[in-house]
Amino acid sequence: MRRPVFDADEPRWSESAEVPARDRRLTVARALRAVLPADCVLSGDEELRPYECDGLSVFRQQPMLVVLPRTEEELRAVLLVCRRLEVPVVARGAGTGLSGGAMPHASGVVLSLARFDRILEINASARIARVQPGVRNLAVSEAAAAYGLFYAPDPSSQIACTIGGNVAENAGGVHCLKYGLTLHNVLGLRGCTIDGEPIELGGCALDAPGLDLLALSIGSEGLLLIVTEAILKLVPKPELAQVVMASFDDVGKAGEAVAAIIAAGIIPSGLEMMDRKATAAVEPFVKAGYDLAAAAILLAESDGTPDEVHEEVGAMERVLQAAGATAIAVSRSEAERLRFWSGRKNAFPAAGRISPDYYCMDGTIPRKNLGQMLKAIEQMEHKYGLQCMNVFHAGDGNLHPLILFDANRAGEWARADRFGADILELCVQLGGTITGEHGVGVEKLNSMCVQFSPAERAAFFAVKRAFDPPGLLNPGKAIPTLARCAEYGRMHVRRGQLPHPDLPRF
Amino acid sequence: MDAALQDLRRRVIDAHGAKTPLRLRGAGTKDFYGERCDGTLLDMRGYCGVVDYEPSELVITARCGTSLSEVESLLARHQQFLAFEPPAFGGDPTIGGIIACGLSGPRRFQAGAVRDFVLGAVLLCAQGELLHFGGKVIKNVAGFDLARLLCGSLGILGAITEVSLKVLPLPRLEQSLRFEMAAPEALALFNRWAGQPLPISATAWWHGQAWVRLSGAPSALRAARARLGGELLEAGLAAQWWRGLRDQTHAFFSEASTLWRLSLPSTAAPLALATAGTQLIEWGGALRWCASDLSLADMRALAAAAGGTALQWRGGIAGSRFHPLAPTVLQIHRRLKARFDPHRIFNPGRLIADL
Repeated sequence: MRRPVFDADEPRWSESAEVPARDRRLTVARALRAVLPADCVLSGDEELRPYECDGLSVFRQQPMLVVLPRTEEELRAVLLVCRRLEVPVVARGAGTGLSGGAMPHASGVVLSLARFDRILEINASARIARVQPGVRNLAVSEAAAAYGLFYAPDPSSQIACTIGGNVAENAGGVHCLKYGLTLHNVLGLRGCTIDGEPIELGGCALDAPGLDLLALSIGSEGLLLIVTEAILKLVPKPELAQVVMASFDDVGKAGEAVAAIIAAGIIPSGLEMMDRKATAAVEPFVKAGYDLAAAAILLAESDGTPDEVHEEVGAMERVLQAAGATAIAVSRSEAERLRFWSGRKNAFPAAGRISPDYYCMDGTIPRKNLGQMLKAIEQMEHKYGLQCMNVFHAGDGNLHPLILFDANRAGEWARADRFGADILELCVQLGGTITGEHGVGVEKLNSMCVQFSPAERAAFFAVKRAFDPPGLLNPGKAIPTLARCAEYGRMHVRRGQLPHPDLPRF
Repeated sequence: MDAALQDLRRRVIDAHGAKTPLRLRGAGTKDFYGERCDGTLLDMRGYCGVVDYEPSELVITARCGTSLSEVESLLARHQQFLAFEPPAFGGDPTIGGIIACGLSGPRRFQAGAVRDFVLGAVLLCAQGELLHFGGKVIKNVAGFDLARLLCGSLGILGAITEVSLKVLPLPRLEQSLRFEMAAPEALALFNRWAGQPLPISATAWWHGQAWVRLSGAPSALRAARARLGGELLEAGLAAQWWRGLRDQTHAFFSEASTLWRLSLPSTAAPLALATAGTQLIEWGGALRWCASDLSLADMRALAAAAGGTALQWRGGIAGSRFHPLAPTVLQIHRRLKARFDPHRIFNPGRLIADL
């Protein structure tokens, strides 16, 4: 038998920890209250309840305690106590995450960064914002607007979601194709290791010596360090932005139109697609003026100087026409541009209006497979007896199918869950990934077994151990254990065999 | 499995078993870069070729030994390019070497660094396993971002065997402007312009002259030129200038006995160095090349005081080229190395003396 690739790096803290004994809670609470002001530690059932889940409410767990430090010194004290008493620490921003990444650990502490909510500096000349992790995403652009600058990543939840959470998930948005993800827009991080040691990665200079631990930390879902400060890149606001809205009578054609725009050498600042179910759900709600007869609509945005936008919009219109668009409209004012976008930005709440519950997926596939994916999802709707509406960041190949279900009906959540897992497996088969921007959290642990081999997952645990030797930061999230994947494999063997069947698993 | 890859695997497995170090090398265009490292040569050029390229996906996947010229000419046929402008240093580097060294050219300031364009990578690890990280899609947050960690790792975590890179359409037009001005004025202007929606894709200052490259739609360039002024350069001369900076074929880079590469906030004041012509500024002020006889300690102190770091690029003392790491950061480096390469077979000492 061959030796395993990495030494045993799996965490001691399992995914399903038992509820701690009462005296354990008292011991930890006492230790934390000894180093924090009284209002920084929550321990009553009523106080803990709001922290039971994040934006993915089907996964719930009451935490042992919640702490809300105000300063880096207090945060450091929390980590030192947790390290000493071996208490898992789950960092939390606004709790808008959609993968259960901030779901509490039963015997752990939720570390809320809500009070780290200050914008420390906007430097217009250097084009940076230095902010604490609890600052809301949109607040950064609002503060930078006076200087003609903005912070580019704009996840749908940007009114509420915080920079700390954006860093943890490597959040995206609708402008990633041109402006990049959180990764491309964070210049530096300051934080604390599980040992309470301050750590600085990157900074205002563009290159830092050594390995790129900054890139590694972004999207690490709270498993590596706790961020206390971020230096964000601000970019100049374009003079003008305009949206082209195109209707298609076939989703396949709409998918091909997306590829045709890129092939024409155009990088739109946003390129989004909605299917008929999605437009039908949002239109009565936002009155965006969507073509309800179309099988799918595309929204393609151009930004830049007025002349440049004029040229690019013209070029996109020609490409869309040639790709078989049945109708094309171009926004004539900023108000109209925002109205065209309003439906897309409100797709999730609209799903909530037409269905008691919805389950938002987040796979990514090569753009060319969009049509194939949509047809497959249609078949899955029949297989699972559930409806699914589709909104896509088409330019990035990032899908957000919204599976509609009713959690109060027996078996519906289980069906929605399997429906989602099927979509993600197809994403992997089509050469894509199980999560484009929402993260793995607890939600996609099983799908991680499909995408990564045991050796690759062992490498992830090796990284985890290098930052967090005791394995206390957000344990049980993002990377599945061998045992979990073996269990999932037994339930759910894909194409007759697991990846890398030659590797020892037990 | 491909015979060349099989061979690489066997060499790595043997080295790991025998605990004998390997020196990973592509075309050797960056042999000068990083610390000296001893080990049996592992030539990565045998495993080569573009594996996948679909222009409409904006992604190219190539094996480590593929030459930059092959990739660039293929992309150019489809009006696309590598926007981070990897330097060739007068040779023809391999894609693996470009990723491992993580160096970017003049467009880095506007378009991003190598790591910003890496979508996925395959790592041949010490035990001979091929590990796939990232993928071929632009948005991907499954698993830690190990593909980007490999950028600039100088091969100390394993051998990069394949990479997927995001590519971009070639700008429709490029034009360059030149201005006569002193360094402080140039730095102030570069930073002011960078805060405005202008199609600037590169800036540089040397010897009393500021150079600005514009890239984009003809109409956008027209509007920008009307705002910026300056002398419009003949295309051939401009291309030669930017190529000279990118590949360091410009005389400035070979004249000095010791050349420093300072990574600073773009707004940092001009460095107080004695003689004219000893400083070349790129990346809107974020990259400062200095020919200087200052001591290692003094140059590092100067860079640190300005909010950045100093790297001994050419000449100087071996064993201390890179700016030292903070203890907490260094400890994480040690733990990563110990887990990925417990017997230190991959480029030992190339990035950090005892790793």
